Amino acid sequence: MGMTMTQKILAAHAGLDKVEAGQLVLVDLDLVLGNDITSPVAIKAFKQMGKESVFDKEKVTMVMDHFAPNKDIKAAQQCMMCRDFCGDQDITHFYDVGQMGIEHALLPEKGLVVSGDAVIGADSHTCTYGALGAFSTGVGSTDMACGMAIGKAWFKVPPALKFELKGKLGKYISGKDVILHIIGMIGVDGALYKSMEFVGEGLASLSMADRLCMANMAIEAGAKNGIFAVDDITKAYVKAHSDREPVVYEADADAEYEKTYVIDLSEIRHTVAFPHLPENTKTTDEIGDIPIQQVVIGSCTNGRLEDLKAAAEIMAGKKVAKGVRCIVIPATQQIYLDAMEAGYLRTFIECGAVVSTPTCGPCLGGHMGILAENERAVATTNRNFIGRMGHTTSEIYLASPEVAAASAVMGRIAAPEEVL
Amino acid sequence: MKMTGSVIKYGDNIDTDVIIPARYLNTSDHKELASHCMEDIDTTFTSRVKDGDIMVGGWNFGCGSSREHAPIAIKASGISLVVAKSFARIFYRNAINIGLAIVESPEAADAIAEGDTVTADLDNGILHDETTGKDYTIEPFPAFIQTIIENGGLVESIKNGSIR
Repeated sequence: MGMTMTQKILAAHAGLDKVEAGQLVLVDLDLVLGNDITSPVAIKAFKQMGKESVFDKEKVTMVMDHFAPNKDIKAAQQCMMCRDFCGDQDITHFYDVGQMGIEHALLPEKGLVVSGDAVIGADSHTCTYGALGAFSTGVGSTDMACGMAIGKAWFKVPPALKFELKGKLGKYISGKDVILHIIGMIGVDGALYKSMEFVGEGLASLSMADRLCMANMAIEAGAKNGIFAVDDITKAYVKAHSDREPVVYEADADAEYEKTYVIDLSEIRHTVAFPHLPENTKTTDEIGDIPIQQVVIGSCTNGRLEDLKAAAEIMAGKKVAKGVRCIVIPATQQIYLDAMEAGYLRTFIECGAVVSTPTCGPCLGGHMGILAENERAVATTNRNFIGRMGHTTSEIYLASPEVAAASAVMGRIAAPEEVL
Repeated sequence: MKMTGSVIKYGDNIDTDVIIPARYLNTSDHKELASHCMEDIDTTFTSRVKDGDIMVGGWNFGCGSSREHAPIAIKASGISLVVAKSFARIFYRNAINIGLAIVESPEAADAIAEGDTVTADLDNGILHDETTGKDYTIEPFPAFIQTIIENGGLVESIKNGSIR
């Protein structure tokens, strides 16, 4: 029996010729990531381990993005702890306010992950880098500490689900609609402990932003990782962002998949996940009139330049509806700059939206857009759990940047076609 | 490893945002985290939980964020064991890594009721519901994970060199 893409990367990083699903392996890591929330716990654990220094100062990275710029004194203390640790350890890739962006947008942009890498991050959306053809997965702070100490992590080799993509996305449809559709189809534990492997001729119509968004939400189906087959689009992206050579792993022809889903991209419609689970999906034509009070366009899922472009094109020359607060958060400083130069920020501001510095902020109910009692938000973020963005009675509707932009203009959940 | 406690029961897809809301993640103090555990879906949890109590959940327990603060908050609340039909994978790792005992058993998680007194014998793989008199067989941990637990968690395992 052959191996999946994920299994090949794990085998190579465990120094084995072959692995199979269920096998426990100790894997050499190319990168260990933490943020301002998870790193303090990891730093404490690292110190308890009695290690003097991290395994490789080039391969540990910390990004101050969740509650930064510091939302309160406690958050400031947490960032200080990370800053001091990275200073003491001479960590090369420490990203503080001014350089930081939302970690999963920032790391690919900085070229810190390339195809074939094995990466762990103390953040569940670390699975994002699967878009580059890497194995990457979220872990907790103790695993991060172990990774910093010895450059290794243990894994049970996952079985896999195959998603064979064909066709082309329609106008105003993006990767977010595809992944919400898939989560709606298989459920929030539909890929529990498994790999989601995306292959097929349909990849050609998916930009890197689409793929990063889709891999990002693999965790919302319970997956260990999501991974895309590497093609020319991936190679061009990696070449533009990193000096390192990508290593391409293709699944064997006889690799074992528990199930294969064929997804025709041309059939995907505008998809929205209703409260309080990402699997509660409906298409915009099934929804009816749902008034909203807030729109958030940003996050590690949808804060990239392509996302801002899509939203700006829909909002250009229009106004945010009365009674709606629209918050736009470019995911990195580079995206902020590019969006400024392309005129998107002007469009947002003239439209009545606000533009924030990069931060995870409202996605996890941290700061920069907390919801009050009974308020509803359309967000391009990734989770709509109870209380995630604020009050426990508030509601989050997950959608694409296109739907979020249209909803901001209409004051209710709306499809882009309604405003154009 | 043995424990006995009364059961506090929840449903499916108990996520890490309800176990410990992100607004409290500006601290990693165990007691402070415990003081907000479960509050968004159960305002009575922190006042009624007693040392040794057993938490029971449904499918996909602990889904969502990678925050280790979630199993830490549960453990620091006094919970000695979590039984669920299934666990989200990051929560599963985190619980083992910090030494919170967890057991996957769809049958037990279904049948055991709120308020039941349950005894768990993890070495022999038995859950005993003293209230109903029923026994449930549970899968022992694989050897690799036993090593981590026997050494008191991942930190200790690295410190003493049993994992290198």
